[in-house]
Amino acid sequence: MSTNTSAAATDDGCRNHNDVITVDHVSFAYQHKQVMENVSFSVKERDFIGLIGTNGAGKTTLLRMIVGLHKPSSGQIRLFGEPVGKFKEWERIGYVPQRNAFNPQFPATVHEVVLSGLYGRKKLFKRLNRGDHTKASDAMDAMGITDLGEKRIGQLSGGQQQRVFLARALINSPSLLILDEPTVGIDAETQESFFHMIKHMHQHHNMTFLMVSHDMEMIRGYLGEEPASSAGKLHFYIKHSHETQDCVESNLAHSLKGLRERMEGGREVIAIGNSN
Amino acid sequence: MEILTSEFFQKALLGGLFIGITAPLVGLFLVLRRLSMIGDTLSHVAIAGVALGFLTGVYPLVAGIAFSIAASFAIEKLRKAYKTYAELSLAIIMSGGIALASILFTLGKSYSMNVNSYLFGSIYTLNSTDLCIIGGVTGAVLIVIGTQVKELFLLTFDEEAAAVSGLPVRFYNVMISVLTALIISVSIKIVGALLVSALLTIPAACSLIIARSFKQSVIAVVVIGEFALLFGLIIAGVWNLAPGGTIVLLLIFILLLLLASRRGLRLFN
Repeated sequence: MSTNTSAAATDDGCRNHNDVITVDHVSFAYQHKQVMENVSFSVKERDFIGLIGTNGAGKTTLLRMIVGLHKPSSGQIRLFGEPVGKFKEWERIGYVPQRNAFNPQFPATVHEVVLSGLYGRKKLFKRLNRGDHTKASDAMDAMGITDLGEKRIGQLSGGQQQRVFLARALINSPSLLILDEPTVGIDAETQESFFHMIKHMHQHHNMTFLMVSHDMEMIRGYLGEEPASSAGKLHFYIKHSHETQDCVESNLAHSLKGLRERMEGGREVIAIGNSN
Repeated sequence: MEILTSEFFQKALLGGLFIGITAPLVGLFLVLRRLSMIGDTLSHVAIAGVALGFLTGVYPLVAGIAFSIAASFAIEKLRKAYKTYAELSLAIIMSGGIALASILFTLGKSYSMNVNSYLFGSIYTLNSTDLCIIGGVTGAVLIVIGTQVKELFLLTFDEEAAAVSGLPVRFYNVMISVLTALIISVSIKIVGALLVSALLTIPAACSLIIARSFKQSVIAVVVIGEFALLFGLIIAGVWNLAPGGTIVLLLIFILLLLLASRRGLRLFN
């Protein structure tokens, strides 16, 4: 039934990777304007997909359809083999939208925002327990925002806020991380350390990535010069990783924390949040 | 002072304390979602329901609840038609409610309807049935918010994230509208339809000044709401002032005090 033709992992000999995302002949129109037509591609386990396209090519729209915020006009999208409409295990997916449009005066601390990554179907009618709070402090630790925990989210700089939303997306240790231009409006240095962190996650953890980016340099540097496939104005760059066994630590938060400390010790690449 | 021990005043106080918890709590979620005006809209529609209740012999409070729940659904529908001008739907429904109310009130003139008591409140005429309904609504609101506070937080802070987490966002939106309609209808007798939105919005406005976390703002709205209802009623009782107006002016006074003290703190730093 599946019309999947991606050759990414069928013959790598050791493992049979499953589809994490399947986009099957999807079209989308917004107010009678065709945004994308007949797009098909699939994301396999452990893939890192970089999605590049001009403004209006439908990158964000595609991501929003994948996480169920838009419905395709035709075609089907499956997550872990399940149609999006029926998909229930949302805690397996971390989603960091492009520039979070929250109100800067909103009374919420960084800690409260990070914790909110846990509030899904599984936590309905359940109180937060100790383990949940540990997850939150681990995620904050990994992103280097522990010191900002009690700050109001609106007081942080753009780069710090981005780390908060990434920590929120990571709190469930997701199998799939979807990032929509995660570094827009962030200074070059912070961007570099951010990509370093993402690459580390991809290489050492059992995670799959789908990222929209404007940063051709980073995309080409990590994912190769040429897109593996294209659909209309959308270009998909792909890199596959097998290196998970190299990772000593299986715990994402701890491994990221180690990485951050190494980076700080070495060249002080990461600018961790100085308040204000 | 003997008014404070009279039975009608104590009923008023109990009703006021119920409303003082629930209205600011639900109002906090509305204000943070930039729906401050929804209170005004629903209360004006509720008035039409109350008037119809008088005309047809249905218990006015119940008719008011039915009307404002219907209005809250109508707002959601209209909001979809004017997606990017959401406040337009509030303006339309509000004027519709007032229009209907004015016609019904004129029709009911011969029935000696007491319009004023619903426009400006008449807390001293709360009867036991009213108190039971207010108590029931308070219990329901507290149960819902008590069990769903973390989901409501996420929905209020970031509706899309709530949807991506698999929460039934549409259900929550309808639930908030229904809770708002319930609270407004039962608050009308206490502060009056024209003032009811103050109970929803001013405590939340105060909490935005002082609270850093969501938890603090939840505590702040309840404390401020209860304080204003309690002392507003006592002041109104002792000096024989209009209770609704006294409560709202007291709330505004608290707000100004907080604004001024924040300025003072800034000058010090």
